Amino acid sequence: MKNKGTTTYHAVRWREPIIYELGRKGRRGFMIPKVEPEIKAVARDAVLSIPDKMRRKTPPEWPELSEPEVVRHFIRLSQQTFGVDSGINVGVGTCTMKYNPKVNEALARSPGITGLHPLQDESTVQGILEIIYKLQEWLCEISGMDKFSFQPRGGAHAVFTNACIIRAFHKYNGELDQRDEIITTVVSHPCNAAAPASAGFKIVTLYPDEKTGCINVEALKAAVSKRTAGMMITNPYDTGIFDSNIIEYINIIHEAGGLVAIDQANANCLLGRVRIGDVGADLCHFNLHKSFSTPHGSCGPGSAPVGVKEEFAKFLPIPTVEFDGSKYYLDYDRPHSIGKVAEFHGVAQNVVRAYAWILTMGAEGLRETSEVAVLNNNYLLKKLLEIRGVSLPWGKSRPFRMQDVRLSLEKLKEETGIRIDDVNRRIVDFGVQRCFTSHEPWIVPEPFTPEPTESASKEDLDRFAEIFSRISTEAYTNPEKIKNAPHNCAISRVNLNPSSDPKKWAMTWRSYIKKHG
Amino acid sequence: MPNKKLGLIVNPIAGLGGKVGLKGTDGEAIIKRAIKLRATAVSPTRALEALRTLTYARNEFELVTYPFEMGQDVAEKCCLNSKIIGSIVKGKTTATDTKNAARDMMKLGVDLILFSGGDGTARDICEVIGGEVPVLGIPAGVKMHSAVFAINPKKAAELAISFLRGEASLREAEVMDIDEDAFRKKNKVVARLYGYLQVPYEKSLVQPIKIGSSTTMDEKSNQEAIAEYIVERMEDDCYYILCPGTTVKAIADKLGFKKTLLGVDIVKKRRMIAMDVNEEKLLKLIEGEKAKIVVSPIGGQGFIFGRGNQQISPQVIKKVGIDNIIILATENKLHSIGPGKPLLVDTGDDEINKQLSGYKRVVTGYNKEVIWKVSA
Repeated sequence: MKNKGTTTYHAVRWREPIIYELGRKGRRGFMIPKVEPEIKAVARDAVLSIPDKMRRKTPPEWPELSEPEVVRHFIRLSQQTFGVDSGINVGVGTCTMKYNPKVNEALARSPGITGLHPLQDESTVQGILEIIYKLQEWLCEISGMDKFSFQPRGGAHAVFTNACIIRAFHKYNGELDQRDEIITTVVSHPCNAAAPASAGFKIVTLYPDEKTGCINVEALKAAVSKRTAGMMITNPYDTGIFDSNIIEYINIIHEAGGLVAIDQANANCLLGRVRIGDVGADLCHFNLHKSFSTPHGSCGPGSAPVGVKEEFAKFLPIPTVEFDGSKYYLDYDRPHSIGKVAEFHGVAQNVVRAYAWILTMGAEGLRETSEVAVLNNNYLLKKLLEIRGVSLPWGKSRPFRMQDVRLSLEKLKEETGIRIDDVNRRIVDFGVQRCFTSHEPWIVPEPFTPEPTESASKEDLDRFAEIFSRISTEAYTNPEKIKNAPHNCAISRVNLNPSSDPKKWAMTWRSYIKKHG
Repeated sequence: MPNKKLGLIVNPIAGLGGKVGLKGTDGEAIIKRAIKLRATAVSPTRALEALRTLTYARNEFELVTYPFEMGQDVAEKCCLNSKIIGSIVKGKTTATDTKNAARDMMKLGVDLILFSGGDGTARDICEVIGGEVPVLGIPAGVKMHSAVFAINPKKAAELAISFLRGEASLREAEVMDIDEDAFRKKNKVVARLYGYLQVPYEKSLVQPIKIGSSTTMDEKSNQEAIAEYIVERMEDDCYYILCPGTTVKAIADKLGFKKTLLGVDIVKKRRMIAMDVNEEKLLKLIEGEKAKIVVSPIGGQGFIFGRGNQQISPQVIKKVGIDNIIILATENKLHSIGPGKPLLVDTGDDEINKQLSGYKRVVTGYNKEVIWKVSA
């Protein structure tokens, strides 16, 4: 591993307790000055404006720490984490972990944006409304759709919104009782099954043909009936295969009276290349935190705008952002709307980041983004396939993929006993992000799904492939080293079992105490 | 001392008839003929292959096995320390020895019995221990219609280790066998279901954080979800013909009655109205009535008709109607048959087989179906 410009790696290891175990009773970061009597007389006690039933009788059991303790704690935690900004991150496929330029971050954090409040009068927020409106127009241009809503906070939320629009459409036509089935594919993101199920639909799932990796048209025909409400799929699939029969599927669904919603989470390979609206899709969504360079936020402030053709615009969530020729305004007067799917108008900071990113890239830049993302992926794919133990399931006859690729370590596991989980615990020893396995790990054995995006350099890709190759050699010569990995990381081994057991998992300190005593 | 006990039963004559075309090795005369045909013993070789894989975890379990060719020999070849129990007449083992071994191991409280053999061996073990002790088959027989076998010896060993480490779950799997005599003389496959064994299966490799709750759904909860879905939609004027199989059994559990383990039962208005019916009775009952067949794939190969449910004859299927067949299978079961591999039908009637073939709906959960290929 003597590549010029590469570094070796050893993580900082702090053995930092959780924040509840730090500090001391009564300790404070800083004291807020008492309110002057004149102000108090006018404003009165703010707490009293909270209804009595909702007001706490006892203070919350928060950790009590000094400011330096808080700073130290979070700096230490940040030193123990790993992200796009600290090392090569080409392994987390379907997530499009591209680098997010700092200039866009600076804009999103500028006081003009952070100081905004969604309850401000329209006349005082013309700037952000203009940004939302224009980004909407750009997304229409990119997708071939006619109108967007920025309300959904993430991909699954957007798919749910589209499922609600499908539901509203059939209800509007008096056919909802009859149309209760959504067709999806097992290689679409699982939210394309889960979200419409939450919206009350029955789910019919199609499996791809092993040879092509695409759905067999005959299988779709067997799934379609007078009960079909629509089809909700990801394209390209999470396997990195673009299903080129898409137009035929859309025709079949339309003939059956259903709608087609395309999850464009994997759109990083389509920008400026395919407009899903032009090929007949009725609904779609993008993940700004994937293709349009906003941070993922770890289940935090994502943004997944939903786009629809004109015919379905009346069903979009309220309010929509409109322009009357002189000013921007919010339109709540939309009687057919599915209502709100979240508060207000979307995550404004992400809208700003995506707006700024598109502005800096331009139409040509977007096209080039997709070009480089696909090139990077196929370069890495070729290099990885040369490594012993790595294989390409499905569609072997055409070993090219779009933005990401689903690979398999089945051969490595059979020959050495080393599984993808083991490889993932070893790969982090090299200062490289682990690989995402698969949303549907049961259909491809020992899966992993790299996605380099356009951000990775050739050196990054070479280094990643080289590390992978080294781990493969280790698997055949010294598997114990991998089994005992990681050796250079902040945390040695995590027992994942509790996080998959409802009796043990805990999302809050309170539920942790309840479940673990 | 390791606290886990792994039982090993090698049926030394299993698989003997395969390569010399004898379609099985049940019965003394056949064994003699097989030996005369210079058949080689497959089972010990397969067991050895599995045991070699097991050696990497040798410190994690105590191996308990039977003397000589029933386990001791292969264990010694792998230098695995083992506790030898029971007694046999060397070179003359019979089904009774397999049964004795299974019984002795059960009494000793082994955590898992690994056996090398085929359907006959699985049947013998099932007869003695039923669902008491988890069992896993190293595939070594001529006939392997049962769903108790790993794909190959190496996988059997890996799965056994996973199970002993607490990383695998258990599911009920069918023990099937065909009538060898009928197969030999009439070339007719008559597979019967003999019972169920508790077999380990590996929980799918899942990213808990990204997928959430589905990781905790085990085979049983999935079967319950299917049952809930079917029961909720039961129509009062319709007869429901419940075929054998663990997934269908969950419907009977849901309705609160005990299903005939290996037979076909009939439900109407959510009540059991006839148990263990044969073809004749079935035809009489549904004459002129609305009926639906509820069936799930049986055994390792994924047969839905023609193995273990011969009561559902072509006539019965004709009478009920192709559109009134409800196929149930957990996704796990479908994946164990293999992606891209079809479910199978072998009703004995080409026309019916043809009508049953193609892309069909399979109920996989509550409000969940998949489209899967069915072939004859």
